[in-house]
Amino acid sequence: MIAAIGRLVRQRIETLGLVGEFFADAARGIRDVTTWGANAMQQARRLGVDSLPLALVIAAFTGIVLALLANYALTGAVPLYFVGVLLEKTVTLELTPVLTGLALAGRVGANIAAELGTMKVTEQVDALETLAYDPYAYLVVPRVLAATLMFPLIVGLAMVVALIFGYFAALGIVGITSSEFSYGARLLYKNFDVEYGLVKSASFGFATAIIGCRAGLRTRGGAEGVGRAATSAVVFSAVMILVLDAFWAMTWLQAQR
Amino acid sequence: MIRLDNVFKAFGEKKVLDGFSLEVNEGETVALIGFSGSGKSVAIKHIVGLLEPDAGTVFVDGKEVPELTRRELYELRAKIGYVFQFAALFDSLSIGDNVAMGLRKQGLLAEPEIEQRVAEALALVDLPDTQARFPAELSGGMRKRVGIARGIALRPKYILYDEPTTGLDPVTTAVIDELMIRMQKQLGVTGVVVTHDMKSAYRVASRIAMLYEGRVQQVGTVAEIQNTTDPVVRQFIEGRASLDGGTVGRTRAPGGRA
Repeated sequence: MIAAIGRLVRQRIETLGLVGEFFADAARGIRDVTTWGANAMQQARRLGVDSLPLALVIAAFTGIVLALLANYALTGAVPLYFVGVLLEKTVTLELTPVLTGLALAGRVGANIAAELGTMKVTEQVDALETLAYDPYAYLVVPRVLAATLMFPLIVGLAMVVALIFGYFAALGIVGITSSEFSYGARLLYKNFDVEYGLVKSASFGFATAIIGCRAGLRTRGGAEGVGRAATSAVVFSAVMILVLDAFWAMTWLQAQR
Repeated sequence: MIRLDNVFKAFGEKKVLDGFSLEVNEGETVALIGFSGSGKSVAIKHIVGLLEPDAGTVFVDGKEVPELTRRELYELRAKIGYVFQFAALFDSLSIGDNVAMGLRKQGLLAEPEIEQRVAEALALVDLPDTQARFPAELSGGMRKRVGIARGIALRPKYILYDEPTTGLDPVTTAVIDELMIRMQKQLGVTGVVVTHDMKSAYRVASRIAMLYEGRVQQVGTVAEIQNTTDPVVRQFIEGRASLDGGTVGRTRAPGGRA
């Protein structure tokens, strides 16, 4: 029993040490600008721009459903312009960042882990080393930077799309007027709402990319190992997004009260 | 000169190198032979610093590899070409970009000169005008030759070949052998060739070393190896299923003591 606890503690300490080492290696890679600079734009396109259709589809349906939910929950209790209030707050503060983050954790996290995992098991990462490239500068830094910068950009666009579709759903299905909706949307709006959503998204992008890179570079074995890496990257990224969501709510959001 | 000095390496419980020592002199090519899984690739990965020994040390060009800083290690790697067993080409890059990668990292040549060097390296491995193609479009043998072109494009002082002819047809094998001989004889490149192919080893090697149970069982010139009386080496070079004494298969499992 004591031996088992000892083993578990040792494993946890070793894992913490390895995670620390990974962050230190990634931080070292940032200094090698010539290596990651050439790849950053390509990664921004692959991880960011190519994820846009998925994010916008999710945003469109989120907007529509939110308008209908608001109508269902608020009818008879408060004036209908509260549909606009509810939509603005939930879209910017919570639902668009988190739903988009979770969808991108699947797409981007799995993509990174599978690609780097395949490179690891086919010795491409070793080949980079022998050609005097730092794999952290060449593979990790551009992906982490691209995801950290592109996630908020995608979420920003998704917020706009969610509000537009919510607006049309409110007008077409719920039956409120355009001026009622826009009055409600602006009534309690603060710039903080958007800032909060975007900063949160950047942290989701950072977490998703770093988890995907670490899972990929730790891959062992063949195709099975790559599959395991992709799965663990998606699961761990999704959990980390929810943890970060709670973290931001308990710290920054609470500080606004 | 390359010197591996009493190197020990284990992965978990499995001992792979168990006091491995080998010297490769300037300008010679040493073929490292041994059973599959005996640790030949592990041994040469220590030379280029991809693996660190658990004990013992490795010297390349007068520098103690495990003691080098990352920057010093990259400087040393610029002098070493490494040809991987399965080519390890970058899937997302064209053949031209694969071969040019090391040259671009060195930053010593302008882009037109790099393109010229890439074309020369690809022509040497009999793959001219393939720069625009991608690894997925090539056969296994062609990919292997691109891997060799990537290694020699750097015009390295040392070159490490990890099973460069395994899986190739006899004619392509002879072309690759000729290339390795030319690298040594004309350019004075110091090489280590990991191989199972004894014909190839006899053709390209100045000396042959057999790795067995994590150590060098015997090292000698081609003639010395061909005339060896060591039963393990004889069994291997003759490709017999049993030792002279009649034991079936390997006398001991690689990496383990009998």
